[in-house]
Amino acid sequence: MTVRVQKEDFDVGAEIAALRRADARVGAVASFVGVVRDMNEGGAVEEMALEHYPGMTERSIEEIIAQAHGRWKIYDALVVHRVGTLKPTDQIVLVVVTSAHRADAFAACEFIMDYLKTRAPFWKKEKTPSGARWVDARVSDDIAAERWRLKG
Amino acid sequence: MIKVLYFARLKESLGAASEQIALPESVSNLHDLRTLLIARGGVWSEELAVNRRIRAAVNQSMAAEDTAIADGDEIAFFPPVTGG
Repeated sequence: MTVRVQKEDFDVGAEIAALRRADARVGAVASFVGVVRDMNEGGAVEEMALEHYPGMTERSIEEIIAQAHGRWKIYDALVVHRVGTLKPTDQIVLVVVTSAHRADAFAACEFIMDYLKTRAPFWKKEKTPSGARWVDARVSDDIAAERWRLKG
Repeated sequence: MIKVLYFARLKESLGAASEQIALPESVSNLHDLRTLLIARGGVWSEELAVNRRIRAAVNQSMAAEDTAIADGDEIAFFPPVTGG
């Protein structure tokens, strides 16, 4: 598995190619890309700053990937999450999962993303026309993560 | 000594990113530590008040209020996470 937290942007094509390179067992690659929107909670967002807890953030994502390995037949997984200042249309997060068949890849990719949203220590602060504000955690994200307790 | 870290909204409002605290005998778990910090009053009692949604980690793992803490531990307090 690979987990990276970085300020730099990432190249989705290159990351996917690197993850599945030379592994002829791979029949499915599922990926998710999270992107900064220009609206949140009905207000305009000019830019956002992402903070994390170095060490714990990487470790918690590794634990989430390890859980995914325990629940689905996947070969490898990659998570790249950006920190620092981001603007609307910028990529924030990439999750890539490889497996033999699509069902495992899709499920594991969604699981990793849902768990990351509620368990990995990142915090967003948005800059809006009326000032900066910390983004509040969403109940819908808790519900999305909670679904996985009933499945798998 | 324990190391205590604060992140995001907490770091800003408390005006502190990290500090070293000599662990008093009365403090044996996360709940005790939070109570000790609340007793400082002012922004501490406001931001760490029991009705505020605060998460905590002990040695970089998410931890519940009754998690034991000991000398040399790294403790962190932060708001619910909002990544992704």
